[in-house]
Amino acid sequence: MRAFTYQRADSVAHAAAAIKSGTKVIAGGTNLLDLMKLQVETPSSLIDINRLPLDRIEETPDGGLRIGALVRNSDLAADPRVRQRYGVLSRALLAGASAQLRNKATTGGNLLQRTRCYYFYDITKPCNKRNPGSGCAALAGFNRIHAILGTSDHCIATHPSDMAVAMRVLDANIETVNHNGDGKVIPIAEFHRLPGNTPEIETSLGPGEIITAVTLPAPPPGVQVYRKVRDRASYAFALVSVAAIVDSTRGRIRSARLAFGGLAQKPWRSAHAEETLADVPATAASFNTAANAVLEGARGFGSNDFKIPLTRRTLHSVLAETTRT
Amino acid sequence: MDEPESDKQPDAPNAFEVTRRTVIETGAAALLLTTLPRAALATGAADYSEPPAHLEKVELQINDQPHSLMLDPRTTLLDALREHLALTGSKKGCDHGQCGACTVLIDGRRINSCLTLAVMHDGQSITTIEGLAAGDELHPLQAAFVEHDGFQCGYCTSGQICSAVGMLAESRQGMPSYVTEDLTQPAAELTDTEIRERMSGNICRCAAYPNIVAAIKQAEGMAT
Repeated sequence: MRAFTYQRADSVAHAAAAIKSGTKVIAGGTNLLDLMKLQVETPSSLIDINRLPLDRIEETPDGGLRIGALVRNSDLAADPRVRQRYGVLSRALLAGASAQLRNKATTGGNLLQRTRCYYFYDITKPCNKRNPGSGCAALAGFNRIHAILGTSDHCIATHPSDMAVAMRVLDANIETVNHNGDGKVIPIAEFHRLPGNTPEIETSLGPGEIITAVTLPAPPPGVQVYRKVRDRASYAFALVSVAAIVDSTRGRIRSARLAFGGLAQKPWRSAHAEETLADVPATAASFNTAANAVLEGARGFGSNDFKIPLTRRTLHSVLAETTRT
Repeated sequence: MDEPESDKQPDAPNAFEVTRRTVIETGAAALLLTTLPRAALATGAADYSEPPAHLEKVELQINDQPHSLMLDPRTTLLDALREHLALTGSKKGCDHGQCGACTVLIDGRRINSCLTLAVMHDGQSITTIEGLAAGDELHPLQAAFVEHDGFQCGYCTSGQICSAVGMLAESRQGMPSYVTEDLTQPAAELTDTEIRERMSGNICRCAAYPNIVAAIKQAEGMAT
């Protein structure tokens, strides 16, 4: 690990103002320190925000919840309001990492975690995300865990979060403050970016901008499910995951919301696929049409070709489960 | 601050100088090969070749004893315990939060001590495996692990036991797990499936899992 200066922030304004080139904000640190040990991340200074009062979950006037950026993943998953009204979020959080990591990892940090691409982690290999312009070793490499949607010739990494997939299906908003003290609200759809030709830029956060909270609108009607497919039964990243909220009655779908993990550099949502599920019978033919829409433009890179049929089958299974009467 | 010599790893260990530590790391490496990037496997103890930017004063309450340390901010909580305070019960397995051997309790909650900096815990209370027994009387989970033979080589055991202490507390507080059938219910019954899911952050290379589950089940009903 490279040497760095350490500073404890006593207010959000102080933290944002102290951010300069080479600074990283540390909260749970479960991903950042992992990367610092491997010298994938080499910050010259750390600002510790753990003592800031951003650890509360509050009701909002519109029937939603406001989740402080420092609420730990385990506390968010266990909150009775989340379990009652946002089961998809609770289940997604519990599907991620281990209990020890969830006790440490925060809401804001989870959104900002970096890809687990092997080549991003290996500093002896080319990686446009870690070292822009050096190339992508995953394109022709071992790319079993890599993306099939929204990729570019520069990067085929996936976003590793389960939590963010559930937040995407719930249309969460991300509240931030910058070094001037100005607040901003970023819809989660616009928060994570696709790689394009700048895979090193992963979010729409500006320099000196800190996440302070995530807000959830009132839950939409329907059954909520989070289904994660992975190599082990527990403590493994998703190969494919589906967050679904499906409103149906007696074998007919009124509306469906779908978000996918493990497929792209951001939690994936397909407006087209959701349109195909508006007011249709809950049949295999409808599920197939939706899967075709999700997988429009999907492309495998060899080792991850299996994700295309796996996505289709997982979606079928989720839609069958949520429309069972 | 220099890392003690004993923790410095040669880049290419001499085949004739296989130490116990090398054997353990090789075992952990084989175990984690499917999930760990290659670079992680090549990394030994923390690289402190660069001098610290500054030292930080850190006050920790460990097993009810106050400790005051001047630390390089890079020092993980695990290295502070093992290398600065000689509390070597907490083990360094993967050093990347994947094996659970370093699990300790901070204000009663289990975490991976390898993936946090000691300075981040200034003023907090930490319980390690050394702090669980009451004098000569083993903690119920320690006794249950002995009774059920919940280990073979023992390297993961202190992490397993600290994790189980935290897990039983979480369960009593009604925290759900991924396999909890109905999330709207306040508390789940601690079935074998629940125990296995809740303990999945602790890997046992010897696969003593059935006995670990049995030990935890026995301790569950007792005051821990």
